[in-house]
Amino acid sequence: MPQFAGGGSGISQKLMELLLALLFAAGGVLAIVEGQRLGNGWDFDGPQAGYFPFWIGILLVAASLVNFLNALRRNRDGQLFVSWQRLFLVLQVLVPAVIYGVAIFYVGIYVASAALVLWFMRGLGGFSLRQAVPVAAALVLLAFFVFEIWFLVPLPKGPVEQALGF
Amino acid sequence: MTELAALFHGFSIALAPHNLLLMTIGIVLGVLIGVLPGLGGANGVAILLPLTFTLEPVSAIILLSCIYWGALFGGAITSILFNIPGEPWSVATTFDGYPLAQRGRAAEALTAAFTSSFLGAFAAILVITFVSPLVAGFALKFGPAEFFAVMFLAFASFIGLSSAAPFKTMAAMLVGFLLAGVGLDTVTGQLRGTFGSTELMRGFHFLVVVIGLFGISEILQSIEEGLSFKGRDGRIDLKAVVRTWAEMLKHKAIILRSALIGCWMGITPAGATPASFMSYGVAKRLSPHGAEFGRGRIEGVIAPETAAHAAGTSALLPMLALGIPGSPTAAVLLGGLIMWGLQPGPMLFVEQKDFVWGLIASMYLGNVVGFLIVLVAVPWFAAILRIPFPIIAALILVVCAIGAYTVNNAAFDIVLMLIFGVLGYVMKKLDYPLAPLVLALVLGDRTEQSFRQALLMSEGSFTIFFANPLVASIMIAGFVMLFWPLVARLRSRRTGGARAAAQAP
Repeated sequence: MPQFAGGGSGISQKLMELLLALLFAAGGVLAIVEGQRLGNGWDFDGPQAGYFPFWIGILLVAASLVNFLNALRRNRDGQLFVSWQRLFLVLQVLVPAVIYGVAIFYVGIYVASAALVLWFMRGLGGFSLRQAVPVAAALVLLAFFVFEIWFLVPLPKGPVEQALGF
Repeated sequence: MTELAALFHGFSIALAPHNLLLMTIGIVLGVLIGVLPGLGGANGVAILLPLTFTLEPVSAIILLSCIYWGALFGGAITSILFNIPGEPWSVATTFDGYPLAQRGRAAEALTAAFTSSFLGAFAAILVITFVSPLVAGFALKFGPAEFFAVMFLAFASFIGLSSAAPFKTMAAMLVGFLLAGVGLDTVTGQLRGTFGSTELMRGFHFLVVVIGLFGISEILQSIEEGLSFKGRDGRIDLKAVVRTWAEMLKHKAIILRSALIGCWMGITPAGATPASFMSYGVAKRLSPHGAEFGRGRIEGVIAPETAAHAAGTSALLPMLALGIPGSPTAAVLLGGLIMWGLQPGPMLFVEQKDFVWGLIASMYLGNVVGFLIVLVAVPWFAAILRIPFPIIAALILVVCAIGAYTVNNAAFDIVLMLIFGVLGYVMKKLDYPLAPLVLALVLGDRTEQSFRQALLMSEGSFTIFFANPLVASIMIAGFVMLFWPLVARLRSRRTGGARAAAQAP
């Protein structure tokens, strides 16, 4: 494990262990409920549709419970999952990525990708606009030719592409 | 020898010019993928899978499997030159590879890594050539109960052999099963787990999940570790190659042993990463120079590389012969088979001879081609890491998004990919293994179906899983694997206690 340099505080390992175990347990509960709805018994022609999810759900709840108790019992002396400092770095990538994912619905993948590359190069890399714009444009044009024209795979498009007649 | 005849026929397919071209493209792409952090064998193959539908299945699998070989080779380059493992299975290579490079012996370390990768893969391909037809022939007698038993054994071995906490492995696997169940139930035609969402009716496609779990999470982790690339010069001249080969002759035993470890760990679904660590550990323990390991012994490069490549390659054996993949990448390839309309499993050897033997022949050729390409082109591949990380990260994100979108032509899948990216990041940091999740997701439907078919045949009685010696012994082996962590823990507690008592004065 790499040493956590600098930034003494952050999210503790224990908290994340507990949360993830709870999340998985919740998934298990959902499966149990769904399995019950579909029927977890025996039909005249074999197990019903809910049988498999029902039992998988029960096993998942059980396994998560063990993981939860293990995490609760183990005293890791405040070992960090991630320090605030590092979390900030991660969010610098994750937040733009989420905005990118949502933006694709509205402006299509090409415009969103160009904006993402620009943002990363300006914000994270400290490049000037004069360096970033050509790179972003080149990448997007390359993607366009490879997918739309060469492989004939249509990717999501927005108003800009429509205005250009695609 | 029918295998040899079939193999030569396979060579005639693999040697077709367009297949050779695809092979070369695949290797180059694969090395690129292996070098770049954030793109690995599994999600590299996953991203390119939707683009292969226009190809013939055999050409498609040649392209994709060559990406896999390339990624196996590529991981070593960054480990040795930059001390950054491009792939998890090349972590062990950094232990001695990077110190060697620091002392100006990068060329030797790289030559040793590539040569031993090649030898490891070659050993595994020989095993595949001669063993998989036997396994497939044997498996032709399998009914649904036997198939379920084999799947059970595969999943139980994950729990038994994994280095992670057994209940974490189990939880990851069960999540995979649950995700696999979402969508249309093929037996009854009912919708399951969609909770009224039309987007979920398609279910969770394993490609989307793989791209998120392995690709996005990797970018998040790379950025967190604040990568700074300071590489060594990686040019290889002929003299260094000859000198390294001469030195490697002295380590025949290590190569053979590591290849065996690798083949074994690849066929049982332990995978390339544990194989490389185990092989490194064994080499260190058995070497008279064990104490110098970690400071730049060439054996410390040879052992993990041989094993990782042998394991990565032999992971395709159970995929081909039984339809059960031995590694996440093999799982993605198996998903590819299904998407190309081929039924994985022992019948492949009967019905799709051209496909199977074309693939096996391409393994021989692909590894030769890959070996030559990496030896010649190391400096160029290493130069890629000099591209600033923000550009690489943005590029990988865009490539992942396109890959996720093209699976179903659904923008919703890009959102799913991001969610799985965060999940993968958290799971990795908490030591939950990702491979069982992917394997369960790919095999979930088939596992459930064979389970239901078997129970259908027995009219609901579980005795069918112990009805004949074959199925019973597979099931029992599965239970042994399942409870292995418990047994090992009890045993170590007992011997640990005994040792403590012996040490007491």
